[in-house]
Amino acid sequence: MDCWNRDIEGMPTEELRRLQYRLAKRLVSRVYETSEFYRRRMKEQGVRPDDIGSLEDVRKLPFMYKRDLRDNYPDGLFTAPRDELIRYHVSSGTTGKPTVVGYTKRDIENWSESLARGFSSCGLGKGDVFQVSYGYGLFTGGLGVHYGAEKVGATVLPTSVGNTERQVELMQDLHVTAIACTPSYLIHMGEVAEKMGVSIKNDTDLRLGFFGAEPWSEQMRNRIEEWLGIRAYDIYGTSELSGPMFTECAEQKGIHIWGDLALVEIVDPATDEALPAGEQGELTITMLQKEALPMIRYRIGDLTTLEEGACACGRTHPRIGRLRGRVDDMLIIRGINVFPSQVEHTLLEIPQVGKHFQIVVDRKGALDTMLVRVEVSEEAFSDKITDLMVIKRTVEHRLRGALNVGVEVELVEPGTLPRFEGKSKKVIDRRSL
Amino acid sequence: MEKSYIVKQISIFSENRPGRLAAIAGALRDAKINIFAFSIAEANGFGVVRALVDRPEDAHRTLTDLGFRVSFTDVIGVKMRDEPGGLSDIASVLGDAGINVEYAYAYSGKDGAVLILRVDQVEDAVRQILACGGELLAEPSR
Repeated sequence: MDCWNRDIEGMPTEELRRLQYRLAKRLVSRVYETSEFYRRRMKEQGVRPDDIGSLEDVRKLPFMYKRDLRDNYPDGLFTAPRDELIRYHVSSGTTGKPTVVGYTKRDIENWSESLARGFSSCGLGKGDVFQVSYGYGLFTGGLGVHYGAEKVGATVLPTSVGNTERQVELMQDLHVTAIACTPSYLIHMGEVAEKMGVSIKNDTDLRLGFFGAEPWSEQMRNRIEEWLGIRAYDIYGTSELSGPMFTECAEQKGIHIWGDLALVEIVDPATDEALPAGEQGELTITMLQKEALPMIRYRIGDLTTLEEGACACGRTHPRIGRLRGRVDDMLIIRGINVFPSQVEHTLLEIPQVGKHFQIVVDRKGALDTMLVRVEVSEEAFSDKITDLMVIKRTVEHRLRGALNVGVEVELVEPGTLPRFEGKSKKVIDRRSL
Repeated sequence: MEKSYIVKQISIFSENRPGRLAAIAGALRDAKINIFAFSIAEANGFGVVRALVDRPEDAHRTLTDLGFRVSFTDVIGVKMRDEPGGLSDIASVLGDAGINVEYAYAYSGKDGAVLILRVDQVEDAVRQILACGGELLAEPSR
């Protein structure tokens, strides 16, 4: 086993559980003492730090949800002093307010450590040239992967997203061996390369990649591996955990969730009860070592399973299977999380259009497209096409600003959009993975 | 004076797909409303149907009741000589007076040719055309 951190990665299960218990106990005591939010929540639940006498007792603690971050915007859930923070990232919230996450120096180190273990477990290291084609900036993907790749000693090429022809040229010229991006962007890149007369399989040194931030399937993996001649690994994370943080190992049999950093539970979304390995439920994570923004029993909203038994690679830590969907109506458009409630919230601020809408998500070539249908309000209806085009562009501009993703708006006749049929009719997703 | 030459056009928002014009025209037929002239302006995915009808108020109500987005727009109808130069005469008058045409459509029927115009300064346009001896359609009696 070629390990980044052999002591931890191969730790016997019982020892790992004892470590998790010690970390959980310390975490709960700390947040109870330092955070008004956690103290209040635990009191409401009738649980005190002393009640945590075993790892199973973590289940006595209250759950956290995305709405807790929104309700405490921007930094009400932070438990580190302001001047201990060395970075912020910001992701979309469910309505108007985004989600702000903060990191201490140690948080960044643990995030990079987690990725360094994952990258190493797939055979990445010194000598590799790692093209990071995740977005850099407020989004966690670019910088997160960047730090992890540097930590294992790879040479990072921080291309971010876009300007795809140039990305292909650089991939060839700088002998890139590894890449990280959304699976759909990789496919787009492969297609652009072919138009340029470049076969990624035959004309580049690319040999592996980490793909995530949006759901993909085993079929897609097989297609990518065969077409591009690389090994394709799943990578998982959300900004609340830090960012993309956990990956598969070379076995490609589930994503290793490092137990010293995170405690995984799979919870039945209907009953809130923990489910045994193999049963599908909502991924719920407690970040055991995060300082700035600890997340305790955080209900991420992704549906998956806990894999049974030990991994053939020899690592002892729990693994989760592929993501199977969402418990809510969150959409992932080109790697960006989009909630229909954000669209609704934005439209309410634009008097030229009604509050009813329909979202149509599709995939043109490899890239997701998002169309939002809206009705022109009676007051705003003009018989001049130019006026209507201004309304269309205004709504597109405002939605793009709110969602961080490009949107096309279609103006439709009044009364044609779904009214009372509930959320299922508000979103039409035509993508197939 | 100028006002009596300002004609109420109905404008109807329509999605750009088969059957929408038929729905509008069918509704006007059922209400026994006659269409003198009409045009369709199209954009990406939608369009605006513009029509001059004999009973604009009734047409507005009928279509609104059916759920269409409808508005009135002030336009003028200028009678043209139905021969070479007819359009040129009118366009020159408007151009010389600095009046901008936002859109226009025309028909040529048994009583001659008519140019329907939406302009930025409608009362000014009426004055200029009358001053040059032009003839305008009058608003249908209410």
